[in-house]
Amino acid sequence: MTQSAEPAGGTASPYPQFPMRRTCPFSEPDEYAGLRADEPVSRASLKVNGKETWLVTRHEHVKQVLGDPRVSSNLKRPGYPHQFHISEEMLAHVRLMMLSMDPPEHTAQRRMLIPEFTARRTKAMRPRIQEVVDERIDAMLAAGGPVDLVQALALPVPSLTICELLGVPYGDHAQFEEWSAALMNHDLSPEEYGAAVQALDMYLDKLVTLKETEPGDDLISRFLEKNRTEQAADHLDVVTMARMMLVGGHETTANMIALGVLALLEHPDHMAELRSDETLLPNAVEELLRVFSISDSGTARVAIEDIEVGGVTIRAGEGILALNNAADHDETVFADPGTLDFHRKEARSHLAFGYGIHQCMGANLARAELEIVYSTLLRRIPGLRLAVPAEELRYKDDAMVYGVYDLPVTW
Amino acid sequence: MHVTTDHDRCVGSGQCAMQSPEVFDQDDDGLVVVLQERPGAELLEEVHRAVELCPSQSIHVTG
Ligand code: HEM
Ligand code: SF4
Repeated sequence: MTQSAEPAGGTASPYPQFPMRRTCPFSEPDEYAGLRADEPVSRASLKVNGKETWLVTRHEHVKQVLGDPRVSSNLKRPGYPHQFHISEEMLAHVRLMMLSMDPPEHTAQRRMLIPEFTARRTKAMRPRIQEVVDERIDAMLAAGGPVDLVQALALPVPSLTICELLGVPYGDHAQFEEWSAALMNHDLSPEEYGAAVQALDMYLDKLVTLKETEPGDDLISRFLEKNRTEQAADHLDVVTMARMMLVGGHETTANMIALGVLALLEHPDHMAELRSDETLLPNAVEELLRVFSISDSGTARVAIEDIEVGGVTIRAGEGILALNNAADHDETVFADPGTLDFHRKEARSHLAFGYGIHQCMGANLARAELEIVYSTLLRRIPGLRLAVPAEELRYKDDAMVYGVYDLPVTW
Repeated sequence: MHVTTDHDRCVGSGQCAMQSPEVFDQDDDGLVVVLQERPGAELLEEVHRAVELCPSQSIHVTG
């Protein structure tokens, strides 16, 4: 065991370090292709704590692992591959989000939430998302360029969408948005960051308490109503569920908005194609989700029994990162995987939203947000361009969710 | 072609309803319902896509 390995510098572990860097923002880390070919199920050492984990890189194997009931998402289990610092003591006190639960608890909570995210329900949210996007673009046009697209559009759109979903009263939207943006702001001091986390937690707690006595037409109220008969969750579980929706749906969608716009700006032919044929939009969104697969290692598991993957035995108690970005560049599924192709027939087979029982609940909502943002920007700001050289952009290389910190644009 | 689904396995992702809306829908609980158990051959391709994309392997096609 290399429990005591130095996280940085002195590499006690003989294995490659994880995460590996994307040298090109539109592709996967260079090491992945070699791993897929030579050692598709391999060992690595986590940079953050020196612990060892398995890396799974082929599409077929990633699906197999994520569909296997003998793996767990429970981050409290020994061997779970943690990708950020968390003390044993904190771990013991954490309330699990559904994302980290296993059946039967996972099934019970997911079933209560599924109706909120059906294809039909998501479609009904589109007009409101369109309004939110139009308001933000109005504000951008009124202010005039250059503006940072991350702050002006990419963060507020998912934040306001989640506000509506959770039933945050309109008067609190600005405050809610400020706190949730703070969670994504790398320029804040640890104190400022901590204060924002706490303020948001207290707010969500208050919001749930409000819905307990004054239910509205929203996800939290409906969850509470169902819970009256199901008795599956206590107050803190409901607050934790609300936080999961924010954490799960905010930075992910924001990063995809900014990266997708960047990809279009850097591929003018693709942008022109999309502008002239809007029917390409749904597949273009899938292809953008595929090439970026921003939550590459978000699909983390720990084996609870010995399992065999690609001829390798993963033992009970060993951590597994089923890398969806590696899977989404598997040349046996996606021909010429490094090329952005809006006509790619198999684009939808990507695993950027995961696979199996934990597949992203917000996937259809995220798709709607991305389609509306990209198409509205193309239509309303046809002259959109980067306001700085592309080489100057800074990417979230070591973050769990890939993205770009700022995206200065003008028109 | 005969389409069946396993209601108990379904995780309500709606991939099937998005992929092949003439054959699949979601009920009030968000779980899969089959609209046509014996869809015509012209729908074969999209039904097979739904089988492939279903994250919980709840859709089966025989015949
Ligand atoms: C482009 C945007 C998004 C990406 C790339 C993304 C990615 C993912 C991935 C990879 C998982 C699976 C994690 C695992 O298997 O352990 C997941 C789960 C989840 N996501 Fe998303 N997500 C996005 C947007 C959203 C949105 C908008 C929401 C909600 C408003 C959301 C809510 C959730 C929830 C609740 C889960 C947990 C599902 C479960 O455990 O059953 N996500 N997401
Ligand atoms: S794709 Fe599968 S899991 Fe999703 S709704 Fe259809 S049957 Fe259920």
